[in-house]
Amino acid sequence: MDTTTLTESIENQMIRKEMLLNVGPAHPAMHGIIRIVVGLEGEVVKSTEVEIGYLHRGFEKMSETVAYNGVFPYTDRLNYVSPLINNMGFAMAVEKLIGLQVPDRCHYIRVIMSEISRVSDHLTCIGASAMELGAFTVFLYMIKAREFLWELVEMVTGARLTVSYCRVGGVKADLPAGFEEMTRRRIAEVRKVIAECDKLLTRNRIFVDRMKGTGNISQAEAVSYGITGPFLRATGVNYDVRKNCPYAVYDRLDFDVPLGTEGDNLDRYYCRMEEMEQSLRIVEQCLRDIPGGAVAVDPETGRPMQTEDLHRMAASEMVDEAKMGKIYKVSGKEAVVDPTLEGTDKKVWKRISAGEKRVSLPPKEDTYGNIEGLMNHFKLVMFGHGIRPPRGEVYFPVEGANGELGFYVVSDGSENAYRVRVRPPCFTILAALPLLLNGDQVADIIPTFGSVNMIGGELDR
Amino acid sequence: MLDNPSLFDLLHQRFPAAILSTHAHRGDATVTIRSEYLLDVARFLRDEPGFRMNFLMDLTAVDYLTFGQKPPGRAAHFNAGVAVRPPAFIQDQIPWPGPATGARFEVVYHFYSLETGHRLRLKVPVEEDSPQVDSLTPVWASADWFEREVWDMFGIRFKGHPNLKRILMYEEFQGHPLRKDYPVNRRQPLIGPIN
Repeated sequence: MDTTTLTESIENQMIRKEMLLNVGPAHPAMHGIIRIVVGLEGEVVKSTEVEIGYLHRGFEKMSETVAYNGVFPYTDRLNYVSPLINNMGFAMAVEKLIGLQVPDRCHYIRVIMSEISRVSDHLTCIGASAMELGAFTVFLYMIKAREFLWELVEMVTGARLTVSYCRVGGVKADLPAGFEEMTRRRIAEVRKVIAECDKLLTRNRIFVDRMKGTGNISQAEAVSYGITGPFLRATGVNYDVRKNCPYAVYDRLDFDVPLGTEGDNLDRYYCRMEEMEQSLRIVEQCLRDIPGGAVAVDPETGRPMQTEDLHRMAASEMVDEAKMGKIYKVSGKEAVVDPTLEGTDKKVWKRISAGEKRVSLPPKEDTYGNIEGLMNHFKLVMFGHGIRPPRGEVYFPVEGANGELGFYVVSDGSENAYRVRVRPPCFTILAALPLLLNGDQVADIIPTFGSVNMIGGELDR
Repeated sequence: MLDNPSLFDLLHQRFPAAILSTHAHRGDATVTIRSEYLLDVARFLRDEPGFRMNFLMDLTAVDYLTFGQKPPGRAAHFNAGVAVRPPAFIQDQIPWPGPATGARFEVVYHFYSLETGHRLRLKVPVEEDSPQVDSLTPVWASADWFEREVWDMFGIRFKGHPNLKRILMYEEFQGHPLRKDYPVNRRQPLIGPIN
């Protein structure tokens, strides 16, 4: 018996049975909670079924029950690694619905914050998938770099994760003092970390062998599945919302869109690494170009905002005096507010909010010091009041860390949105997961799933 | 890149009977069509040189059951805020015509063309008694999960979908949560382990 017939006879006697393997829902490599049922033949994945919905919290339903500004805390919880981009997307969708223009400075602040978020998102994605392939050092380094960036986020927004920084028609507060030099220092540190990780990974035999040629997807398939973001660009399709449909001030900024060629895991890794550098470039340009400087500068003197104590007054005292009608005591005074409201005073207010009375909260001096301001505040925050955009429907896409993040908002002219729909970027990628996994080995599930960068909050909403 | 009116003209010439209405509120080109023409229009949008809509970016639905009505059980000062008027400086002052027909649901498709850079919104009215439209899965693969989600959330069926089952909710879930007659605080019966 020659060898070929021998193999044939052995193969005929083998029991061919597809083995079902449950990966998840609670599996350390499944990032959030998601269940993948793979049918295995030996080590080869033959069929894949993806089950999602474990983190469904009814974002779209809840958004219909709260006022427009009340949706922002919910958007934080969509993609919780880069919440500032979600904030920006929803804010710009509602601004488009109203037809509102926000000041340039506000745009720049939003762009700075969303690029910082993008870097932290990519750091998390690469760090986590590198850890799953055994490179634990990279994970620790990258989380350290993310920490540097999150400290910046904390400095600006007061929170690390659930930031709720944007408002319809502006942002919550201006950039704090010392932001610019702190950011420059942090960018240098992050660059150092990225360079270190680049040395650890890019020519690492173990890493490259597991990433190269796994999780392939062709251009046509990726487009048909509606995949966007770094995942699409790794196949070589040049689509970036920031370039193709520029919003905010992206058309004034100089940055490159990295493209891959193969559409495999390694190309996605390269794309993300390069995108981080490009995002840092954008932040640097924004710091240079931002009108009014990166810290709150007095528009009249050009010096950092410093008022003598004579002109400052605690907000609580201001309210008391104003209640007694002693307006002469509060007029011209600057309110000393709670730390969470810093950067909302009258001097900077005009530069960070659209100035539309029916949309933006008034500066704190007006809220505490005169009846018009108080009423304005009241009409926007009390239950049953709030922003009432005209009837209409808009779709507004922004470039999220995973791809096109679109908000579709329908308004019936009341204080609550009639329908809020978010187009989650990783939803379409997850839909293509069977295509990515079938035919690969079991071990390839891990790098492929890692490169998808699934975020449960955004996927299941 | 064509402007919105010429896009509408192209569609009108090809499908004079299909189009119910068009508008470009806030610059978003929107076309409402009859549901029986959906597959033809979709194929046309994908293959016609002027459109080349190679991305089905988003697919969702809207339930217009309570549109413009005061929600029940709300306080008397509901909607006491001051309505914002669009400022005079914005170029696009076309008012939104509202839901195109009296149908309860509208399935909303967002297309994007990489070649031409057009975005187009296609809307298909769906009646309440037979909520069904053709599935776009043969044309775009991304329609698969999006349509499952619309079925899950709105109970609209997609004819020709290969695997139309719930996606975010579990199989035993009763009702379709994003319908306007589904109360936001409704409790679902507990489900036990499957025997």
